[in-house]
Amino acid sequence: MLRIKNGRVMDPASGMDARRDIWLDGDRIVKVAPQGGGESERAAGESLDASGLIVAPGFVDLHCHLREPGIENSETIETGTRAAARGGFTAVCPMPNTRPVNDSASVTRGILERAAVVASTRVWPIGAASAGSRGESLAEIAAMQQAGIVAVSDDGKPIATARLMRQVMDYCRSLDLPVIDHCEDASLFAGNSMREGRQSVRLGLAGMPAATESIAVARDIQVAELTGCRFHVAHLSARTSLECVRAAKKRGLRVSCEVTPHHFTLTDEDVAYDTHFKMNPPLGSAEDRAALVEGLGDGTVDAIATDHAPHEPASKEVEFDRAPFGVTGFETALALALELVHSGKLPLMRMVELFTTGPARVLGRDRRIAEGQPADLTLFSTEHAWTFRAAESASKSRNTPFDGRAFRGAPMATIVAGRVVYRRNA
Amino acid sequence: MPERLRHLLSIEPLSAAQINFVLDEAKPFQEFQRYPLKKLATLRGKSVALAFFEASTRTRISFATAAARLGADTINLQAESSSLKKGESLLDTARTLDAMKPDCIVMRHSSSGACQFVAQHLDIPVINAGDGSHEHPTQALLDALTLRDRLGTLDKLRITILGDILHSRVARSNLHLLGKFGCCFTLCGPAMWLPREFETMGLPVRLTSRVDQALEGADAVIVLRVQEERLHEPALPLNEYILLYQLTPERLRRAKPGALVLHPGPMIRGLEIDPAVADGPQSCVLEQVTNGLAVRMALLFMLLGAGSEAEPGKGSKHVAD
Repeated sequence: MLRIKNGRVMDPASGMDARRDIWLDGDRIVKVAPQGGGESERAAGESLDASGLIVAPGFVDLHCHLREPGIENSETIETGTRAAARGGFTAVCPMPNTRPVNDSASVTRGILERAAVVASTRVWPIGAASAGSRGESLAEIAAMQQAGIVAVSDDGKPIATARLMRQVMDYCRSLDLPVIDHCEDASLFAGNSMREGRQSVRLGLAGMPAATESIAVARDIQVAELTGCRFHVAHLSARTSLECVRAAKKRGLRVSCEVTPHHFTLTDEDVAYDTHFKMNPPLGSAEDRAALVEGLGDGTVDAIATDHAPHEPASKEVEFDRAPFGVTGFETALALALELVHSGKLPLMRMVELFTTGPARVLGRDRRIAEGQPADLTLFSTEHAWTFRAAESASKSRNTPFDGRAFRGAPMATIVAGRVVYRRNA
Repeated sequence: MPERLRHLLSIEPLSAAQINFVLDEAKPFQEFQRYPLKKLATLRGKSVALAFFEASTRTRISFATAAARLGADTINLQAESSSLKKGESLLDTARTLDAMKPDCIVMRHSSSGACQFVAQHLDIPVINAGDGSHEHPTQALLDALTLRDRLGTLDKLRITILGDILHSRVARSNLHLLGKFGCCFTLCGPAMWLPREFETMGLPVRLTSRVDQALEGADAVIVLRVQEERLHEPALPLNEYILLYQLTPERLRRAKPGALVLHPGPMIRGLEIDPAVADGPQSCVLEQVTNGLAVRMALLFMLLGAGSEAEPGKGSKHVAD
């Protein structure tokens, strides 16, 4: 029995924001009670003092890359989930673009079996939508679902044709699986390095316009309407895309989206040939960033997702236009979101929702602090002062634009299935 | 004396004083090109690595000649023969070159920002001889020297740049350089090569796709090369370009009388420029080539030689050796 005492419990599902003690037994929450209560009956067991901390449901990351199997020089399930736990995440959803691609039940099982041995957090794999993510024929989606995938996506290799997307969505509706798309028009993307705009013109880097994303978002929403499938936009970065999602939600479609911390924190003006600022979708304009922050607040955005995309250092030590896309994100996500809270742009409860019930709902899951629920909890401070050092990251990779950034607020303890998998020294 | 240059990676961060200093240093080297014996001992014992990761003839030869006339040795690395073809990273190639202990690296690369990237990792000066679509600083310096010689000043000129502005490092370096002297610009070319963002870079820039308007009242016209490979990208028919944008004698009459015509080369007669303009009295094309030598000698002298301590204009005493 573990008692989390003296914390401020914030549970978006019930709206609870109060001082409560929480008792965990095994992998379940067994009691939530006002402080001091129930001591006599449940005096036994350890306790964890959460004084001054927020106690939230366990954070869920809908979008990451753990690189295993096949690209273990960049990350492994072990190192990636350790970094995730440090970031306060209790469950992470690795995208299927591994080697081999997670497009079959055997790969899914391999990931889950490995995770059962080495992972610090829960691992909820996302399966490929098409075989090999080649965009030709459907992957073995039902078999993967039985093996444990929580959604499908060809992340990194956007589904090129509306026809294939229709097939994927038709099928996934019948399986009640959400479809996640990395929305991108390949012809406008053209392998370019950053968002088209003043900075791309100044730097002489080939740019892609915001429409590269929003054209595909608009297409996918229409296919979702056609098929009735649940559709989720990965790493949404442009105001125009957000407007499509907002309109779709207004019409009652089952459409959701996620935004990454780097997109709601940085803009294309921050790009200056440093490959740690190169990701896809690229950093947008200041106008986009403002729109994303607004969307986080008003409910258009459902989740904050990291798109944690580790790349071994040498691969990023190259010319900007030759560098791979992607940045790491687990360990800085909460602190970056708290920057929005501290600046008054995002209510704290709403932020907690974006890390917990929001992403869980995208997957059709529950995430709440109540008796009988899984004992997944994230304890964080809104005030703890610290500086992120990439060199000290638990990830195998160092490709972050936030190295050396000073933060206010941090994850302090991460509890997965009743087990404390990470605890920060205050 | 303005702040000493450590590298020459781009024009954008330089001050007008630093630019004037380079141009002044180049003056005696302009004279020098007319000497019967074109060899100095100023940089004897120094070596200059020429790392051209992208094909170049004129810029590479210009730097090689500049180094030779100053008495420096050159180490040549050409993309065709380089280990990059064998999969070595740019950084490893640059470090290998650096281990040959040159005193400076002159570098051209097809990736924007590549010279800055290499400079961050090496201790010796890096001169950008063109990086992707970003900058071509020595081209802008030699253009400025040419304009200053012919027009007597760089102040408040009306400059028209004609062609593929989007992909042009020459356009960017010229905008940054001449912008520091209060020049105003008209950029002209097919709409897909004329991004509106050029108007938002803090410079007095006007965009137009109409060449007659663009040339009106210009003190100088910088004609850019039309890169054939770029024509495939927006799929602009060559004849359309010629029809609308070729600089012809008739169109040039819209500019100020005697307006100068510059071209960074290589020039394709009959495409971006009418031969009558290329060979006409307003053309500065060959002068630009000679001035390129002077500017590059001045830069090597400043970055490698005693010139780093010299007062403005004192470079001449070395030339007289």
